[in-house]
This record gives sequence, structure tokens and C-alpha cells, in this order.
Amino acid sequence: MTVAVGSVPVEPTSRSTRREGAPVHSVQPPAPRRSTLVEDMKRGLDAPICLTWELTYACNLACTHCLSSSGRRDPRELDTDECLALIDDLERMQVFYVNLGGGEPMLRRDFFDIVEYATAHRVGVKFSTNGTYLDAANAARLASMDYLDVQVSIDGADASVNDAVRGTGSFAAARTAMEHLANAAFGPFKISIVATRHNVDQLDAFKAIADSYGAQLRITRLRPSGRGAGTWNELHPTAEQQRRLYDWLIDRPDVLTGDSFFHLSAFGEALPGLNLCGAGRVVCLIDPVGDVYACPFVIHDEFLAGNVRGPGGFAAVWRESDLFRELREPTSAGACASCGSYDACQGGCMASKFFVGLDRSDPDPECVHGHAEGLLATVDPSKVPVSGVDHSRPAAVAVSIGSAPPNR
Amino acid sequence: MSILLDDAYELHPQVSLRDEPFGALAYHFGNRRLSFLRSHEMVRVVTELADSPDVTTAFDRAGIETARRPSFVRALERLAAGDMIRPRRADTAEPA
Repeated sequence: MTVAVGSVPVEPTSRSTRREGAPVHSVQPPAPRRSTLVEDMKRGLDAPICLTWELTYACNLACTHCLSSSGRRDPRELDTDECLALIDDLERMQVFYVNLGGGEPMLRRDFFDIVEYATAHRVGVKFSTNGTYLDAANAARLASMDYLDVQVSIDGADASVNDAVRGTGSFAAARTAMEHLANAAFGPFKISIVATRHNVDQLDAFKAIADSYGAQLRITRLRPSGRGAGTWNELHPTAEQQRRLYDWLIDRPDVLTGDSFFHLSAFGEALPGLNLCGAGRVVCLIDPVGDVYACPFVIHDEFLAGNVRGPGGFAAVWRESDLFRELREPTSAGACASCGSYDACQGGCMASKFFVGLDRSDPDPECVHGHAEGLLATVDPSKVPVSGVDHSRPAAVAVSIGSAPPNR
Repeated sequence: MSILLDDAYELHPQVSLRDEPFGALAYHFGNRRLSFLRSHEMVRVVTELADSPDVTTAFDRAGIETARRPSFVRALERLAAGDMIRPRRADTAEPA
């Protein structure tokens, strides 16, 4: 019997001490072999460590890579009482925090009610916003709350790169929101970037923007999910850019990644984090209508585990759904079995494979050794799965920034 | 941070412990750290700390034999470094 205490960065710190993204630690004196932390995680937990909860499909933007194809509110979205009851469930399960997103979560009139109820019930909140409705008053209100982290999304270090993906005026709106947070002395909020072919050359500029506010930079991986399915081919970083991104991240362990680049660990040294697919094991997604998916990037029937409105609520879905049980079974390395990097990358991202038409046992489409290239070339486009969940607004409408008042 | 066997410790009041098949997860709502307590004995030690006058008593109550204690002390040091546990002073009231 050994004693082990592991510690991983879980998107740490906004308003407390800044820390480096430490790798997994464990204290293991000489003794018979026991399971590793990663093996424990793969078998799944009694409750998620954290989960993503998209509050609404409504969004004032129409980002070309939106993983949830957001735009229009869904009339079946959970109402306030259902949201608060769900928080009660999460508190009972001791889910330590939720990542609130959307859509644009601040478009919900009960946004602050939900956030304040969660943080008062020991469910910490980290929420993502495009910043449009984060005015001075809202920034001050957020700054006064404990257990709350905010991340403002941009996808370019200047308006031209950002707005090409996120829409005209969205860069200016996000920067204004950052100014409000800084002026309200919120503390180190986060600036969240999805790495694309057009912004990988701007990594240093992103870091400079973050540093100018005392903010933390968070860079995550583009998936071919939602509207991203249609833009992934032209937006995902090139092989050469992936290498540069990896080197840059290795040199900057204080940059958060949401553990999303574990496929890059096949370059050599592992990036900080658990380095495994947590879908249905340590994370999941609750969408605005209460549907529970294995992760935020797989909004598709094949990865739908249940609905929080069903008998037993969220806890029953997490603990008993057939899908999640299956995801916690041991997996085979499949086509990657003969690759020396499998232990490092674990075959990559399930969502990325799925939405480009690869099997779960195939290499990641962005495999750094190029092992997916041949497979990708032979995928039959008519067999590529398409999500039936799409709340995009019908036509490419002009994006209106800052015209609506913040809802409370 | 070294652990003194004769001193009293406690779980930080901002830390939640959650039982898991392998032991427990500990989450610190202040510094947002997550720690894995990967043995049920370790969980028992940590939970005994608050009601024990010193670490040695917590080890006794958790049934940890003397020869095995050094590895538990190292694990406690790691938890203390992350502010998951902290020294408990008998003369101070429990903070909110």
C-alpha cells in the first residue's frame, strides 16, 4: 500500500495566488505497483471534477468556428427554477465548479441569479463571455463575488484577425470588457483564445495583451465541432504551426490550455495537465435544454448520455448512462498501437476524430506524426457525421455590438 | 513546508473533500487547486487531523503503523504546500 497525493492544474487561480501549471504529482514510495492517476481517471469519477454548462444557445455573435452552432435561443431551455435545482444537484454531488458558457451566457435575464446561487452553494463558477454585455456596472458586480472566474474570448490579437472569425466589432467589444474588468479591479481574469492558422503567429501579442491587464492567457484547441465542422479545414493550425505552438507552450507553463492540446504531447515532453480525454470520465457538457453530452465538443446524438430533466436528474445520467459507462471502459490503442507516442497522446481527441469522419480508434486528425493524413484523404465526405443540433441564425446577419442592454 | 508530528493541523476551511473509488478529491475554492488523495488511509489521516491534538494521534486513529508513517508525512507536506491543510492553533477560534 502506498500513499499518493496528486495535484494537477485545473485552470487555476484567477483571483488568488498565481501559480505555474504543475504537472501531475504523486508521492509513491517503493511498494507494489498500484494504478496510476491517469488509470484512476479513465475509470471515471463519482461526479465530474468540473463540467461545462452552456446556459443558452442565444448569441449576439456568429463565430465561424462556434462549437455549439449558437445563435438563436431554444424555447426548451432550462428555466430559472430548473437551473437552480440543477445547482442543488451539483452541490450534492460536490461538483467543485462549472464552466458556464453558451451562446452568450450574459444574454440570459437570470444570469446573475444563476451565478450567485451557484457560488453561494459551493459550486464555483468560471464563465466565458464575448464581453459585449460586460459593462462597468456588471464588471463591478462580478468583481465583488467570490468563487468566480471570468474569461473573455478573442481569436485574434487585432481586429482584423479576430473579426474575420468572430464578426465585425467583436474585438473592440472584448477589449472594452477587459478594460471594465481591469478598472473594477476584478483581478487576474482570463483571456481565452482558440488557436487557429491565422492567430498562431500572434501568440506573443496575445501574451502582451494579457500581461497588460495582469490577466491570464488561456489557449485552447480548435475542434471541427458545430460550425467549426465547416471551417476547420481552413482554420486549423498547419503541422509546422503545431510544432511552434507546442514549443511556445512548453516554454510558458503559466499559460492555461484546458488540457486541450494533449495530442501535442507526442512531440516529446508532456504539456502540463492530465493528458487524457476526460469525456464522460472527469468532464461532460450540459447543454441549454438539459441534454448531457460527453464533452463540449461532441454535441451529436452519438454522444448524448441523457437529460437532466429525466428521472434521477443529472446524477443518474452521470453514474448510470450506458454511454458514460462505455467511455470508462478500457480502450484499445487501435491504429495507434504500434506508435511509440501513444502513451503520450492517448490517440488524441475523440471529438476531432468523429467530426472529420474518423473512427475512435484512428489517429487524431492533427496527429503530429502525420499518421492520420492517409485516412483523411480517403474519408467519404457523405459519411462525415453532421450534428442535428444547430441554432445558427438563418442567414449571415450583420452582427450588432453593444446595442442591447445587459440583461439581469 | 515540513510537517511537525507534535503539531495540530486541519483541512483548510475552503477545501472540500469528495470521496472517490480511489480515495478522495480535494478542491480548494480559494486557490483553485485540485489534489488527489489516492488511498483511503490517506483520506482517514486527513479527516482525523481536525480532531486530533497532533499528527501522531491522527496516524494512530487512522491505524497507520509507525514504519509506514514517513510516506504519509511526505504526502501531508505536499498537501500543506498547496494550502490544503494548515497548522491549527488551539487558541484561535475556527475562522469562517
